[in-house]
Amino acid sequence: MNHLGFDIEKLKIGSFDFTCCEGCQLQLANKESTLPEFLALLDIRNFREISSERLDDYDIALVEGSITRQDEVERLKAIRAQAKVLVAYGTCACFGGMNAQKNKFPKEECIRTVYGDKQIDTMQESHKISDFVTVDYSIPGCPVNKEEVERIVVSIATRSPIALPKYPVCVECKQRLNTCLFDLGEVCLGPISRAGCDAVCPSGKTVCLGCRGPADGINYDSFVQLVKDKELSTDEMNEKLAFYNGFTEYLNHEG
Amino acid sequence: MKVDFNIDIHHLPRVEGHGDIRISVKDGKLADAKWAVVETPRFFEVMVKGLSAERVPFLTSRICGICSISHSLASIRSLERAMQITPPETARIIRLLAMHGETLQSHALHLFFLAAPDFAGTPSAVPLLQSHPEVVEAGLMLKELGNELSIATTGRATHPVSLVLGGVSKAPSKQRLAEIKQMIADRKPMLDKATEFFKTLTIPDFVRETEFISLYDGESYPYIGGDLVTTDGVRRDENDYLAMTNEYTVDFSTSKFTKVSRESSAAGALARFNNNYDLLHPQAKAAAEAFGLKPVCHNPFMNNVAQLVECHHLVADAEEIIDRLLDDDLKDIKADYKPRAGAATGAVEAPRGVLYHYMETDESGKVVKGDCIIPTTQNNANIHYDLHALAEQSLAQGKSEKEVEKLCEMLVRSYDPCISCSVH
Ligand code: SF4
Ligand code: SF4
Ligand code: SF4
Ligand SMILES: [Fe+2]
Ligand code: NI
Repeated sequence: MNHLGFDIEKLKIGSFDFTCCEGCQLQLANKESTLPEFLALLDIRNFREISSERLDDYDIALVEGSITRQDEVERLKAIRAQAKVLVAYGTCACFGGMNAQKNKFPKEECIRTVYGDKQIDTMQESHKISDFVTVDYSIPGCPVNKEEVERIVVSIATRSPIALPKYPVCVECKQRLNTCLFDLGEVCLGPISRAGCDAVCPSGKTVCLGCRGPADGINYDSFVQLVKDKELSTDEMNEKLAFYNGFTEYLNHEG
Repeated sequence: MKVDFNIDIHHLPRVEGHGDIRISVKDGKLADAKWAVVETPRFFEVMVKGLSAERVPFLTSRICGICSISHSLASIRSLERAMQITPPETARIIRLLAMHGETLQSHALHLFFLAAPDFAGTPSAVPLLQSHPEVVEAGLMLKELGNELSIATTGRATHPVSLVLGGVSKAPSKQRLAEIKQMIADRKPMLDKATEFFKTLTIPDFVRETEFISLYDGESYPYIGGDLVTTDGVRRDENDYLAMTNEYTVDFSTSKFTKVSRESSAAGALARFNNNYDLLHPQAKAAAEAFGLKPVCHNPFMNNVAQLVECHHLVADAEEIIDRLLDDDLKDIKADYKPRAGAATGAVEAPRGVLYHYMETDESGKVVKGDCIIPTTQNNANIHYDLHALAEQSLAQGKSEKEVEKLCEMLVRSYDPCISCSVH
């Protein structure tokens, strides 16, 4: 196998899903026109969503979803024991994701509201996978950006360094010449969220909700000040910050 | 021959989400057959409580990675009806095109990559890249076409960014629409080729009479809103969704079961087809005829064919919608609104069948109550009883354990279940 002049072996890969919508795994099957070339890099050993072949000799595990039930912890640990490289794949796996919006409700209330008297096994909180296992790389996004995934998979295959953009979404947003949503009276999390999505939300004229978590070295306090200076709602800001569970350290710090 | 065996398929592959098939045969007779969903619940109906209405579609789209546009639009429709917001006509058409993109993407994924390997006897579609390259290529190109429609109309293939209360936040560019129109023209022949391939496959012969539920408005093949109907003659207003579902829990499944007039009912492409045949595009009717598919068809395996027929409808209808949008100035895309207290149901035809979101708001526009009933949830009981009947029929025909197992897997896949969606 040859890629960009590198001789590389096909990556023995497995893709595994926990509590989530499976939208991140689905991105692997997108960008259809380059899919055959992307697949040529991979030796898919275990990917239940698309194949009935389930082999346990993968080296790289993409782990999608958050952890909300004890049997998932055991399954996750077994994957960690097998994989040489474990990737937290998507916002649910990296941060607990929007699933964590249930954390503020007692689990008894959750069960009663949805299932009545039926017994349901669930944790109080939706957990990120690093609460239970060591994570080698993280690819955030709800859903992940396929281009970034391809880049990282190729980097793993060629043993090149892997890094996510350090700068915030605003940088990409300005490159796309969008009108800033703050100027239209909306609270956007672009100034503090990690880029890498090509500012897809503000480019569609809806605010960034921070699905990729905080950018490096952000100034949280000045972001809050900006919202206050513009006389925008801090309640709305807090609802947005809590959306994907990526900013818990800042929210707790403030509260 | 008297045989004893157990079929226990844990986390059935090539479906979205986690479900198990459990069959037990004693003395050559079926002792038990179960469709057991083991997916972990996420509690969306609790998460929406206290959330601002405008944020809700961004949350509920995450119920499902395959049918996110449907979930977003079901929430939007329920909240718009609850808060008496009327989206402009242009936004309505853009949303319909977005739904078409999603359904095309979802049907192509299911037909070519999840279901086709069963018929070809391969573990996945990857070996088909070698044996049937033109079929896989057609599948990829149709899936991509669906995704391109979704990206042009909502900003992203999965989890739409520009579907909002009041309309859409951004209109697709005319240039992009014209490009996609060309793409449709280029790819239609691929759909025809793929149809020829599917005609060569043997659809298992199995019938269990059931009640098919879908939307119906008498004017166009249903996607967004309408009356709730069944093939048993039930017809109800959109807000009466509870009478169409009667959800109940069973001890072996984290996904609920539902029913209407019988012990079970079915939603999805075949249900839409059975209730709305007359409203299909002529090109889709021609495709149905080629397969001998006529309403009312009670063979669940024919849901695959109904999806293919719908692909013909979607592609032909998308072309016409794009023409309308090309003649539009695309300026009036979002209605202003004030939050208000209210309650309503939003029903849409997701790829796998009719989907209901019910939302109640307070005067500040925060959600106080939410309820979501998913197409796959409405198919659980039907899958469960079908498994029973199919296993019995297969045993009576003297089929082996392996054959029964394969048929049962294929049966469940024919419903194209979206399991994590059904648990939510
Ligand atoms: S991160 Fe988002 S898209 Fe990915 S699995 Fe979780 S909810 Fe789905
Ligand atoms: S719209 Fe959001 S992402 Fe774009 S520049 Fe403004 S704050 Fe930054
Ligand atoms: S703009 Fe913000 S919310 Fe949207 S994809 Fe990028 S990081 Fe996520
Ligand atoms: Fe529900
Ligand atoms: Ni779904």
